[in-house]
Amino acid sequence: MTWLLDPLTHAFMVRALLVSALVGGVCGLLSCYMTLKGWALMGDAVSHAVMPGVVVAYALGLPFSLGAFVFGVGSVAAIGFVKQKSRIKEDTVIGLVFTGFFALGLVLVSKVRSNIDLTHILFGNVLGISSSDLQQTLLITALVVVLLLVFRRDLLLFCFDPTHARSIGINTGLLHYLLLSVLSLTAVAGLQTVGVILVVAMLVTPGATAYLLTDRFDRMTVLAVASSVLSSVIGVYVSYWSDSSTAGCIVLVQTGLFLLAFLLAPRYGILNAHRSQAS
Amino acid sequence: MSPAMQPIATCPEPRIAVEQLCVDYNGEVALYDASLTLPAGCICGLVGMNGAGKSTLFKALTGFVRPSHGRIRINGLSVLAAQQQQAVAYVPQSEGIDCQFPVSVWDVVMMGRYGSMNLLRIPRPSDRVAVRDALQRVDLLDLARRPIGALSGGQRKRAFLARAIAQRASVLLLDEPFNGVDVRTETLMAQLFLQFRSEGRTILISTHDLSHVSDFCDLVVLINRTVLAYGNTSEVFTPENLARTFGGMVPKR
Repeated sequence: MTWLLDPLTHAFMVRALLVSALVGGVCGLLSCYMTLKGWALMGDAVSHAVMPGVVVAYALGLPFSLGAFVFGVGSVAAIGFVKQKSRIKEDTVIGLVFTGFFALGLVLVSKVRSNIDLTHILFGNVLGISSSDLQQTLLITALVVVLLLVFRRDLLLFCFDPTHARSIGINTGLLHYLLLSVLSLTAVAGLQTVGVILVVAMLVTPGATAYLLTDRFDRMTVLAVASSVLSSVIGVYVSYWSDSSTAGCIVLVQTGLFLLAFLLAPRYGILNAHRSQAS
Repeated sequence: MSPAMQPIATCPEPRIAVEQLCVDYNGEVALYDASLTLPAGCICGLVGMNGAGKSTLFKALTGFVRPSHGRIRINGLSVLAAQQQQAVAYVPQSEGIDCQFPVSVWDVVMMGRYGSMNLLRIPRPSDRVAVRDALQRVDLLDLARRPIGALSGGQRKRAFLARAIAQRASVLLLDEPFNGVDVRTETLMAQLFLQFRSEGRTILISTHDLSHVSDFCDLVVLINRTVLAYGNTSEVFTPENLARTFGGMVPKR
């Protein structure tokens, strides 16, 4: 039992477990929509693009989530604008815009005088979360969960058949920006736990794992949230006992769960798919 | 009487009235000066080549593109107002749908009811009755719990028709409904279209299969960047008109 209880004697570990489980849960919920809408690349883009926002917000003494939100939504607007006004294909535009934003963040971090640690932004710092950061994370995750639960049917329809959504009078433009805003907010929350570089894993992997396990959306969300929370908790423990990168451990556990589903899922796992083909 | 069986609201205005519609995408003209009027209770074929503007017209009727000129009235209302009254149903081509999506047939048909539910989209008993009735009419009640990915192409088509029925739309826009459909579904759909017509619904069918048009369309609209001709099928469906529609290349009938 010591392996389970010993870490809990440290206040920073309790906080790290809580934050990463919370953020994991929210990312897991959102990841269902990301994988179904095909927005994995968009998630990657937004999570990188929030970086200059974080630096600017810290430099101005504003809440970091505000800066991140502005830049996250701004990057998506920029992507949409360039795509519409030029002949360049969307994936190229996404790659171009988010690296530009990210590079701006790198330059700002090195030039703006602040106590920001670049590695904390890049790789997360869940073990050193301050109480004001904790409050912001709580606020963000609460807001995101409420929005996703209230609009879950509309968002599902928006992912599945936007034309039908539109033709029954649902404002699909609003849903588009709602999902983007939620993505930006969640990216900020995820940034604290696993950092800019690995946030996209939190936004994609749980949804992908759950998608291999079920054909029902409600079950998919439950499975995604459960696998994501479980990965966060196991990841934090593994990182404590092996004294290794927390972000790396969390994402590795997620990847491990995905591989299990990929191999063993009842219907869509490759082992079972082979068996049903053979029979 | 169950909601799905209630008669469709009658309306003195034409179901669809399009006046001098122009649509362009970033300066490229997709449709110009297109006008047509469709009364309540008719089956109309929309015939044209790929890129002739069929899908642009559908997009304009579902509010996805804004006309650069002209206006559209559905039941005498603007497109948005008609949509908010659940008047317009769009039945997609099966290819346009992600059939790996984790929803059941029941879920898909229930989506037809979303517009008349509250914000949280929690089904009321009347919504469940409407979905059940709609599934019965397309002969899919037994498969209601199946994921849509487990259906055949024809069954999936019927599921989307059921969604339009559950929605109680008075205007149905169907995109290539007979593509990749089995004989059973084709017969059932043809019967349904006749029922829809007698219920006062107006059905606009985009197709490039001319034999279906002469089989059961009352009206036909020939389109090539604009409305070339429209009216009773027997009068409009002439070799000369078809030659204009298809640029001299008349497909086999």
